[in-house]
Amino acid sequence: MLVMKDVCKNYRTETVETIALKNVNFNVDEGEFVSIVGPSGSGKSTFLLVAGLMESFDSGSYSLDGEDVAHLNDRARSRFRNQKIGFIFQNFNLIPDLDVADNIGVPLRYRGISRQERKTCITDALETVGLAGRRKHFPSQLSGGQQQRVAIARALAGKPKILLADEPTGNLDSQTAQGVLDLILELHHNGSTVIMVTHNPEIAQSAERQVRVQDGQFLNGSD
Amino acid sequence: MVLAIGLGIGFLMTIVTVGYSMGKNPFPERNDVLFAVQLDAGNPDNPPDNPDNIATQLTYLDAMALMESRQAKRQSASAQSYVVIVPQDPDISSYQASVRAVFTDFFAMFNVPFEYGAPWDHQADGNADQVVVLSHATNDRLFGGRNSVGLTLSFGNDEYVVVGVLKPWRPVPRVYDLTGGSPFDSVRDVFMPFNTMVDHNYERRGSVSCWKPLPTNDYQGFLFSECTWIQFWVELSNSEEKAKYLEFLNNYATDQKKVGRFGRPVNNHLRNIEEWLDYHRVVDEGVQVLTVIAALFLGVCLINTIALMLAKFLARTKDLAVRRALGASKFTLFAQHLLESGFIGVIGGLAGILFAWLGLLGIRALFDDPDIVYLTSLDVTMLATAIAIAALSTMVAGIYPAVRACNVQPVAFLKV
Repeated sequence: MLVMKDVCKNYRTETVETIALKNVNFNVDEGEFVSIVGPSGSGKSTFLLVAGLMESFDSGSYSLDGEDVAHLNDRARSRFRNQKIGFIFQNFNLIPDLDVADNIGVPLRYRGISRQERKTCITDALETVGLAGRRKHFPSQLSGGQQQRVAIARALAGKPKILLADEPTGNLDSQTAQGVLDLILELHHNGSTVIMVTHNPEIAQSAERQVRVQDGQFLNGSD
Repeated sequence: MVLAIGLGIGFLMTIVTVGYSMGKNPFPERNDVLFAVQLDAGNPDNPPDNPDNIATQLTYLDAMALMESRQAKRQSASAQSYVVIVPQDPDISSYQASVRAVFTDFFAMFNVPFEYGAPWDHQADGNADQVVVLSHATNDRLFGGRNSVGLTLSFGNDEYVVVGVLKPWRPVPRVYDLTGGSPFDSVRDVFMPFNTMVDHNYERRGSVSCWKPLPTNDYQGFLFSECTWIQFWVELSNSEEKAKYLEFLNNYATDQKKVGRFGRPVNNHLRNIEEWLDYHRVVDEGVQVLTVIAALFLGVCLINTIALMLAKFLARTKDLAVRRALGASKFTLFAQHLLESGFIGVIGGLAGILFAWLGLLGIRALFDDPDIVYLTSLDVTMLATAIAIAALSTMVAGIYPAVRACNVQPVAFLKV
């Protein structure tokens, strides 16, 4: 599903060059749930942005769902991201001016899905995360846990090939965090491929495989 | 933002409306068939101070020669005069009325609309009959607006029969009559046959230019002088007819040279309505300068709008980063922001129309002249222009903020 070979990514300013990813070799099979753990600044989030086609990389190769994505232009990358990748963020990143249904519908709109079909997808996604009764609520009217559930519904509404979760429980209390984690596990058990970045070893253990990142290097990425 | 655009558009549209009304062709459908005639019969040593040194009016000799030749489909010499009307109703006092003396073709040439009756006929032109066509306002004043066709009017000792009454008719500018008074005034009170005016020695009014002494110091001397005081319009159906008529004018000028007139090289012109308005610089230069100032003011408002839009768009960078993550391409975000700019522009344009309307009301109040209403009215063209300028200029102003917005780096915003 996801294959990275010798991927390097550096951030440069006029005076400093920071190595974010160093010769990353990393494979994820379809249906797998992999957690990536490491301390702050180790390159976890950069990896997720590169994997999610939000950031380019300097060298190496990367293929996703069988397609070499290294040389796609912005439009093709955006389309690829829209159709095959679902993002779940630590701070939820819901659009405050849109209600729950419209937030979930944003990626579907970019895909050009019809209004009726969009409605069905949104309803299915909301039922999956247990928020069917909240479709007209705005993000500010929801708790942190509910917001993250909406974010998960948004990520999976378009039935992506892979879910990329960046510290999905980082902003939640332990009880709520467990609920969100259970939801992600349920998605995985239903066949979703999930890559979850976390610095919490306990959360990381929920995944069937854990990969450690340190100073931009994946210590056991190709297991 | 909307206020800034509204003020800019409002100021611009106020000035442009006045300029547009001044220079608008009141007979657009007749532009390609009606032509003002210019004959270069001026002083060889001191030609008229016009853009091409040709008089804008004709002498009586030349005007009558052109009328008699009847080389055009329709033609009319035209001049301004005045009479003193002595109403039959003793409650209405006598008053001086302005006269436009024309030939009957004039009414068909300029699509003059009649409320009652019709123009006099060619025979009345030839016989210098004592007939008149009244303006709508004059008929209201003298006859209370009723059908006055067949009734008589006294101009001093002369009795005239009313043959027609115009509908309310107000060509702005009054293109056929640019040499006497403001081109934005209402039509004259009375229309009468040109030859009738001459036969009765009615004093002419409006601009006159003489470069030779009169042969005799009486009315006949004035008629047969080199004084130019008559406007002359012809109707020509197509470019072939126009070329043919110009050739006729040039041959006429050559013939006149043989009898000692037309001392300058042959240089005659036929100008259509729009060319005639340009030639007479009907749009005041002050209005043109003001238009430039208003456009610059709009530019300043738009620069202000760019800054405001930049702040507005960049304030939502986190949302944009999320949208990028969810699959929006840079182009999609760019188009979205440009559309938003256009929408702001349309709202600004509507506000601008409101400001322009207030501005035009202000101009009306300032000049205290009922006729100013004809130069300060917003029509559909101006409304559409205001919206189009606002939307287009705001979209152009929105390009830079939109480019900046769609180039946000998601990395910087997706993590708190």
